[in-house]
Amino acid sequence: MESRSLVSINDLSREKILSLLETAEKFEENPNRKILDGKVVGSLFFEPSTRTRLSFETAANRLGARVIGFSDAATSSASKGETLKDTIMMVSSYADVIVMRHRLEGAARYASEVSPVPVINAGDGANQHPSQTMLDLYSIKKTQGTLEGLNIHLVGDLKYGRTVHSLLHAMRHFNPTFHFIAPEELHMPEEYRIFCRENNIPFTETTEFNEDVIADADIIYMTRVQRERFSDLMEYEKVKNCYRLTNAMLEGTRKNLRILHPLPRVNEIAHDVDENPKAYYFQQAQNGLYVREALICDVLDINI
Amino acid sequence: MEKKNKHAMQVSALCNGTVIDHIPADKLFAVVSLLDIPSISSNVTIGYNLESKKLGTKGLIKIADRFFTDDEVSKISVVAPNVVLNTIKNYNVVEKREVKMPDELHNIIKCNNLNCITNNEPMATHFHVSNRKEGTIKCRYCEKEQNINDVELL
Repeated sequence: MESRSLVSINDLSREKILSLLETAEKFEENPNRKILDGKVVGSLFFEPSTRTRLSFETAANRLGARVIGFSDAATSSASKGETLKDTIMMVSSYADVIVMRHRLEGAARYASEVSPVPVINAGDGANQHPSQTMLDLYSIKKTQGTLEGLNIHLVGDLKYGRTVHSLLHAMRHFNPTFHFIAPEELHMPEEYRIFCRENNIPFTETTEFNEDVIADADIIYMTRVQRERFSDLMEYEKVKNCYRLTNAMLEGTRKNLRILHPLPRVNEIAHDVDENPKAYYFQQAQNGLYVREALICDVLDINI
Repeated sequence: MEKKNKHAMQVSALCNGTVIDHIPADKLFAVVSLLDIPSISSNVTIGYNLESKKLGTKGLIKIADRFFTDDEVSKISVVAPNVVLNTIKNYNVVEKREVKMPDELHNIIKCNNLNCITNNEPMATHFHVSNRKEGTIKCRYCEKEQNINDVELL
């Protein structure tokens, strides 16, 4: 049963991405449009994720839809051993669209195959989180005026960081130049370097994070270097503060530079950066609302 | 002539059934177990370390009165790509096909990713062969790329 589901950013063409971003712009102009009056959104969070869930549920509410669902697998029938398929079949008989977060990778693809109503992937384990990537793209386009030909610096955990991998995939349509800045233990996996070569995407790699490295950046995409990712804790202690962005580092940077972060942030961006107009991570999170309104309408085939 | 005859003598003739030929010697027993040969009651000949111009040494399995479905053939291709399947009827080879791995592997192998939904839900697996030469396959669900030599059959 193929529907209009959104499972993976890799399924979206350049045209589709651009048209979704255009719709999101309309929602930014006016987020309150009661175009889903009478519709029900099933919000199935088998794994807790407050930020993403609130953003999706706010989007549904601002569109005039009603929301049903759960925010933790413990309160769902999954805890009684029900299969994902059965839960999806049950909810799809009540809801017009399902927004789903699950700890298992591929859960959203499977749900989209068994569900008669469209499914939006709100994160499946370490695999995909397409609404995050869409809001990243929206934020880049909004701050730079274009997605084309930008210098994008990815900083921190490039090995496990799902958001940077999806961003890299999505940006292949827009002729970017990437700069990978990460400690040895967390460097960009080989499959993404191959991906860049195959798609003629130029990239540089370094373990150094300093003023010189970011001097020509249009976008700095920061991620969290997590202690649990290191087999050698000595190594973690050595690098944990090397990938920290401070306000002083931003002095000689480009005027159009904006700093993104998927949040939550810990100490990789110093708090003195927050006041700098180049800091964009809070607006970036807010853009998630407009993007998610656009995604819900798209899978329901509702044009605005 | 005499030499050729000796080669021909390595395995006896089959009236009806299937000859699986050109199995890389080191894959022979994997194919034997895959086809569940011990459960077959008809006449089976297994050849191991036979001379092969193409492979150096090869394995061969002759099974009387047994023919294979496309699904079974797909499974063989995962364990031992490029084997040759001969269908024998009345002592004649009526069909000779080189077994190629299909582009899509439906419910044949198990995903190596323990966090993949296919390992946690009663459902079929599905892989796409992304690079046949290197043996790279990609799970349709968790999207993890894996090597065909590292995965287990279902």
